[in-house]
Formats: sequence, structure tokens, C-alpha cells
Amino acid sequence: MSALDASNGAAAAAPPARFDVDRALNTAGAWALGILWFLPLIYAVWTAIHPGEFATRFELFAPLTVENFVNAWTAAPFARYFLNTVLLVTFILAGQFVLCTLAAYAFARFRFPGSSVLFTLVLLQLLVMPDILIVENYATMRMLGLVDTIVAIGLPYVASGFGIFLLRQTFMTVPKELEEAARVEGAGPIGVLWKVYVPLAKPTYLAYGLVSVSHHWNNFLWPLIITNSVETRPVTVGLSIFSAVDQGIDWSIITAATLMTSGPLLIAFLLFQRQFVQSFMRAGIK
Amino acid sequence: MTMLRKLGAAAGAAALSAALAAPASAVDLQFFFPVAVGGKAAQTIEELTADYVAQNPGVNIEAVYAGSYQDTITKTLTAARGGEPPQLAVILSVDMFTLIEEDAIMPFDDLIETDEERAWLDAFYPAFMENSQTGGKTYGIPFQRSTPVLYWNKEAFAEAGLDPETPPATWEEMVEFGKTLTKRDGDGNVTQWGVRIPSSGFPYWLFQGLTTQNDVIIASGDGDETYFDDPRVVEALQYLVDLSTVHEVMQPGIIEWGATPKAFFEGQTAMMWTTTGNLTNVRNNAPFDFGVAMLPANKRRGAPTGGGNFFIFKDSTDEQKEASLDFIKWISAPAQAARWSIATGYVAPRPDAWETPEMKAYVADFPPALVARDQLEFAVAELSTYQNQRITTIFNDALEAAITGQKEPAEALAEAQAQADRILRAYR
Amino acid sequence: MPRRIEWVYGWLLLTPALFLLFAFTHVPAVKTVVDSFFSTARGARPSTFVGLDNYRLLMEDPVFWQVFSNNVWYALITIPVSIALAIVMALWVDGKLTGRGFVRMAYFAPTVLPLIAVANIWMFFYTPGFGLIDQIRSLFGGAQVNWLGDPDLVLGAVIVVAIWKEAGFFMIFYLAALQSIPPSLREAAAIEGASRWTFFRRVTFPLLMPTTLFVSINAVINSVRLVDHIFVMTEGGPDNHSSLLLFYIYETAFKFWDTAYAATLTVVVLAILSVLAIGQFYLVDKKVHYR
Repeated sequence: MSALDASNGAAAAAPPARFDVDRALNTAGAWALGILWFLPLIYAVWTAIHPGEFATRFELFAPLTVENFVNAWTAAPFARYFLNTVLLVTFILAGQFVLCTLAAYAFARFRFPGSSVLFTLVLLQLLVMPDILIVENYATMRMLGLVDTIVAIGLPYVASGFGIFLLRQTFMTVPKELEEAARVEGAGPIGVLWKVYVPLAKPTYLAYGLVSVSHHWNNFLWPLIITNSVETRPVTVGLSIFSAVDQGIDWSIITAATLMTSGPLLIAFLLFQRQFVQSFMRAGIK
Repeated sequence: MTMLRKLGAAAGAAALSAALAAPASAVDLQFFFPVAVGGKAAQTIEELTADYVAQNPGVNIEAVYAGSYQDTITKTLTAARGGEPPQLAVILSVDMFTLIEEDAIMPFDDLIETDEERAWLDAFYPAFMENSQTGGKTYGIPFQRSTPVLYWNKEAFAEAGLDPETPPATWEEMVEFGKTLTKRDGDGNVTQWGVRIPSSGFPYWLFQGLTTQNDVIIASGDGDETYFDDPRVVEALQYLVDLSTVHEVMQPGIIEWGATPKAFFEGQTAMMWTTTGNLTNVRNNAPFDFGVAMLPANKRRGAPTGGGNFFIFKDSTDEQKEASLDFIKWISAPAQAARWSIATGYVAPRPDAWETPEMKAYVADFPPALVARDQLEFAVAELSTYQNQRITTIFNDALEAAITGQKEPAEALAEAQAQADRILRAYR
Repeated sequence: MPRRIEWVYGWLLLTPALFLLFAFTHVPAVKTVVDSFFSTARGARPSTFVGLDNYRLLMEDPVFWQVFSNNVWYALITIPVSIALAIVMALWVDGKLTGRGFVRMAYFAPTVLPLIAVANIWMFFYTPGFGLIDQIRSLFGGAQVNWLGDPDLVLGAVIVVAIWKEAGFFMIFYLAALQSIPPSLREAAAIEGASRWTFFRRVTFPLLMPTTLFVSINAVINSVRLVDHIFVMTEGGPDNHSSLLLFYIYETAFKFWDTAYAATLTVVVLAILSVLAIGQFYLVDKKVHYR
């Protein structure tokens, strides 16, 4: 903010130079913040590709090595953890899309007794989230015999109040005429949903998808509690046990592991960032 | 069609032969263990387990790396509460009372039958058995055991004009040496501290070194009483606090445990207190000549023991219990104990392990490995009570409050004792 | 569609979602409240009804009050600061900027790095003596600072990490909102001679209001949920000065095995969140009418 204020002061004093000063200050500010934000990642790359003794010392011509990656890769089944996370995120996202779409459609286009009470209960879940109900949910999973399964990690999140709310808002903006047109062509309620509402809500799905994926990709506490074995542990839990500090932290190997497991998502974002932003633009959330 | 039939026949034959190859009554064991991956410890456990399975075809052992000690006890107890405990696990010896209260483990006395097996129980160092027995029964078998020792940087000692071969032997000497070793730059900022006693996470453990040296025990053997407010405990805490505030030989505030070896390697501190479990790590990574010594003495020498024991879980079949016992007997035998100790730096828990040729060769080559063993003579049980995690948390909070100057040592410890009393009263 | 059939459709469409919502949110929430009136079963001693005992314990628990106040500060600082930073970031990345692609990625990078892993990196930054911050400070003659080991600094250090983690994520939403503001508005403002700040205050910021609402819901959720780094960096220490409610609940339930007291703590968090949820519901309601 201060950069903006400063640029305005300069602008008032010297109108002809305004554009340049303004732009230079903003660029400097943006870059300064960018580098600050990027610092942990830069450090991770530095430490991961250099021998251990350079984890705390920054010399330009330090020798390079891939040993940290090799060690991290052989020390823990990261490929399996990665697969678990991908399965988990896919399961949650698919579940959320189906369930939230159906529920949102009901709230947006059907009148039935109890709908406003139920919608309030759904909204309550925006904040009263499963993340804090870990004790009870663990008991439930145990009762269902689902402890230490990927389904158990995802199940509490599948019916998302946030997703239902978001999609309902989007569906309500769909003009009734489109629905009637589809009806005339003989589509039933589900056909209308599939042919009219879902296609029009694509940007919302993408935006919500990003929120969901980033949330569950990073989720730690619940998976920590509910998983016991390599076959179910997502990356976050795998990384946390990997870096357990009883014998001291080994930053080289931790950063190598972090890069290996976060790399794919980071690259995906690099490739798709324009599409993300554009879809958000068209989504209801703006 | 014929193709399919052939395939089916082949599959059937394969299944049949697989069934025949497997022994009639294979026993499956699940084994939870904690150790930092990346080091040799996890690898060694897996190798040992594989060796055992190779020698005992009737047994399958699934060794599950469960994370830190904390992760392992959490995992094990949640699994036990869910009715699916592992058959055996290496868990901090201090969690014995918790496991007993949860009714999760069984005493080894119920499993052993022969005199030979009874002799096996007596083969371990008594200092390690203190945390493994209660009420006359043995619940844990020492395995991944450690004790804190002092590591010192010989180069830094020489540079400061101290004898590089002489570590501090007393509290006074540690302060004195520390003052010589603490280096400041032109602005008065410290570039090298004299000593580092980490205090993050579980400060009580290293602090117990100080209390033992001050000749005081902080908890009863029954696990139902603590003595946090004893004047000698207060005195020990005052000494720890003074290291930073009065003598200025140690970094003020809470000192991170995990970063301690690195700080030592980086020359941030000339001496450090940490577990013998770090011996191999220091040997491989210290870029200078270092020494290992017993912790300095005050009224006496002293240190707590630490680390993990083997426990056998109740909720298993008799065959599984038998197999678990057999595996533990095998892995704690001298040859295996020596192999494990050499790979990790943990203290081989029985005297005869130190008499094996491999161990003798190892200590001849690397005498610091003997320090921890020799210190066992002065070692006491690590703090362990009912509701252990809660009691140690209360104690840790008090220590942290005093170290960071929030409370006076006496005040902090009196409060901790009152809280501990309130909880332990129910167990007396 | 006949009314009866419409009812059936509505209910059928809702059933799967509602079933799971109730199973993992509403029922556990109610059960938590019930559990908070009972004692924890331990070994031989079964759980008994103890009335408000757990709540009395809570009122007298100094750790709870410490953790509670930590969490209030954590929320009060992370929510506005990360939102403000997100807006600034979005304005920058939306404008003409050299190397915009890199800057945008830099801002967004924390979103994809698991907090549990980066917390180790932050721990290195904060390490006294040879940590990155101290290395930089020492270039200017600064003394060692024990960021995570000093009760007065530790909460701030933890808050910085949370802001770092969140701001770039929120930026994406603001960026999308900014790009949908018609350029004609800006041109009109320029003709009237409005300064950039005036334009932002009078035009851009109000147009961003719906996004701010959306983002603030997320920010409130995260101020309760985002505790992963506490596990790695401080474990709540020194003396609980960086402990947060969810971390304390975890400790109570899965370290001390005191499920009844954990339930009581959870009820407190539930109560706070419900009040916030109702507040937001009214805000949302207004927005719906506005549309």
C-alpha cells in the first residue's frame, strides 16, 4: 500500500514524470514482495541441489549434487505417497462435484418444505467444518471400520457446504428461459441439470476445484490422525514423519523431498495460470 | 477357449504351489517402530527384521515406520483403542504407565517359562530396566536406548586456549570453559556460544541430567508422585537459567532440539548436550575433531536414560505373542544388539553385547562410543508417571516459562507440582 | 411440475449430500456437546456424567486462556493483513509489470507447497545464529534473535508464516475480480482527473466487496484450521505462547487422551464459529438481495 501512496505523492508534484515514477515504484515493490515470497522456494532449491554443508552457507560456486534427491527418494516411498494424495484429491473432488451439484440444484430450482432450514444448516458448515471435529469423526470412522483408508480421509469433506453454496449462487443466475427451452425439447429435471446448468457453471467448478484441490493437497491434521500405513498416507503426512526431528533436522533431504512432491503441482500452475484466472473471472465469485 | 483353460490351469497350479510353499501356520506380526528415516536406523531395523524372517520362515513381520516417538505412541494407542493394535512396538520407555493404564500391553513375566528366559531378563543394564519394570513385573525390553552426553569441539577448545582433550567435569568448569569459549564480534554480538542445552519440545529430559547431578529424583518409581518443587530441582533450574542470563555462555530463550547438531557443526556452539543417538550423525558430519564426554557433575555424576523399549500387546493370539517374544529375544541378543548399536550410536542395552568381537573392534576404532555405556553406572530412570504426556507437558511448560524469564524457577516449579498432584492424586 | 413431485425431486437430490453433512458435521457436533458433559473413560474407570465440571475446568485452565488469546491475535492479524496483501498483489499483477509471470508465480507458490514441509524451511530462516534472517541481520551488525524461542516473538513468527501461506491464494480471486472490471470505468475516471488512490477507494474497492466477502470466509476458516506449522516449528511452545485452539484440541485428544476435555474445547470453538457463521449468513443474505 505504501508504494501506492508514495507514487501518488510523486504524481501530484510532477505530472509529466508521473507514469515512470509510478511504474518504477510499483515494479520495485512487486518484485521485492515477489522475491520475499519466493525465498523459501529458492532456499529449497539451493539446499536440495547442494551437499549438506551448504544448507546454511551460500557460496556461489558450491558443488552441485543430486544425492539429496536420491537419498530422499530411497528413504521413503514418496511415489506411493504422491499417488495416495492424487487418489485422495480426485476422490474428494469427484464426490464434491456430484453431491454439491445435486444439492445446489435442489436449493436453487425446487421448492419443497424445509428447504430454508436445510440451507441454513448447509451454510453452518461453511464454518463449522469437519477439521475441528477430529475426535468424533475418528470415532465414527472406527465404527465404520474405515480407519486407515483413503476413503476415510476424504469422506468428511465430500459434502461441502461451501461447494453447495457456491453452485447454488451460480445456478440461480441461470435464466429460466434456457431451462424452459430444454424442457420443450423433452429433457427431464436431471437432463436440464446436465444440459443447461452444469455447462453454464463450468467456471465455478474450476474455481471451486482449485480451492478444494489446494485445501486437500495441503491438509495434514486429519490425515495424520486417520492414516497408519504407507498405503494410505498422503504426501503431507509422509513428509512430516520423514522430517521427524528426534535426531536433528536434515534440511538437505527435507527440501529435496518437498520439491519432489510439490513440483508437479507447481508446474501445473505455471502452465495453467492464465486459464485459472480467466475461469475465476467468469465464475460467480468476483 | 483352450487358451483360457490353460491360463486357468496355470493360475490354479501357481496358487496351489504358493499355498504349499508357505508354511502351514504362518504367523503375521505387525511391528511399529520410530526412528528418523534417512539415517541408518530405519534401514538397520528393516535388515534385522528381514534376517529374522529369513531364519524363521514361519513368521512374517511387517515393520511399520511410524514417525517420531510421539507419532508412534499416538498411532499405537489409536490403533489399540480401535481394537487393532500392532503385536509389538518400540515405544518410549516412559510411556509404560500410559500403556498399562490403557490395558494395551502385557508383562513379559506372563510369557516367559524357562530359566533361560528368566536369565535373559536379567541380562540388561539395571539403569535401563528401571523404566521397564513396575510392581515387580517387566513390561518393556530395552532396545533403542540412549542417554545424553556432552559433545565438544576440540578445535574450538584449542583456539580458546583450553586443553582440547579435557571436557568440563563439573558445573563450575562448564561455566568457566563456556566463558572462555563464548566469542563476540566487534559489535558485541555472539558468534560462538560456549554450550548448548536444547530446550524445545521436551526440555525435561536434558534437565533431568541437571537434577540427577544435583542428587535429586523427580518422580517415584510407582509413577504416582513427582517432586518438581524440591529445592534441589529449583537449584538445578536456576543453574540452567543462569547459563544464559548470568554467565551468558548459552543462547537465551528456548533452544531448538532439531537444529542443535547443525549448530554444533556450524561452530555456533563449542559444546552441546544431546542424545548418544546422535553419535553416528556427529561422526559423519562434524567438519572438525570432536570429543564425547559424560555430562559434568555437581553433587554427583548423573544423567537420565532415554529412548525406546519393546512392548508386546495383549490383543493378539498366543502364537503371535510367542513369535513376538522370540523375535525380541533374537533382536536383543548380543550379536544383533551390537550391530544395531554400531549402526546408530544407541547404547547396546546389555553388557555381553559389548564383549562381541564386532563391538570390540568398533570401540577400539571409535572410543567415544564407550562414554554412554560408562555413564550408565550413574544413570537414573527418565521421568515417567501415569498420564505421562500430560505430566511431562506440565513440567515442560514450567521449564520453558523459567528459561524464557516468564516466571522464577521456584514459582514455576511449585505451580507445576501443584498441577501434577491434582492429576496424580487419583492414582495413589 | 406438480408440487408433490417437486418435493420428491428436491428431497432426492439433497439426500446424499445431507446424509454426509449430517454424518460428519452436524451429528458429531451435537455428540461433541454431549461428550463435554461426561468424564473421560480411562482403563477400568468408565465415563460418567459430570455436568458442567469440564467447563469449570476450562474456565480455570490457564493454558486454555493463553491459547484462546493466541488464537484471537492470530485471527485478528492474519485475516486483515493477508487480505490487504492479496489486494495489493492482485493490483500489481493486474497492471503492467515487467516479469509479471514470475511475480505472479512467486505470489502463488506458497499455495502449492505443503505447510508441513515448508515449516521446516521457515524454521531454518528463524534459527538464531546461522539461520537466514540472522545471517542477513549480521551483515548489518544485528545481534542474534531467537524468534521461535522467545515468548514475545514466537506468535508473530508463526503469524508471518500463515500470512505468507495465504495471501497468494487469495490474490487469485482478487485478480479474477479485477480483470472483470470494465476498462471504461478507469478511462472515465482518468478523464475526470481522479488519482489512482481515489479510483481504488471509490470504484475498485467497492466492486471487490463480494470477493472480499468470499475471501474473508476462507480467511476465518484458516485462522482456526491452519496449525500445521505449529507441529513442526514450536509444538506450541515456549510455554504455550504459540499454541492455537486446534493444536490444543489435538494435544488434549491424541496426546493426553482426555477426549472429554477435548470435546469441551471443541464446543468452545464450535460456538465461536457458529456465531461467525450466522454473522456471515446475514452478510450473504444481503448480497443475495442485492443481486
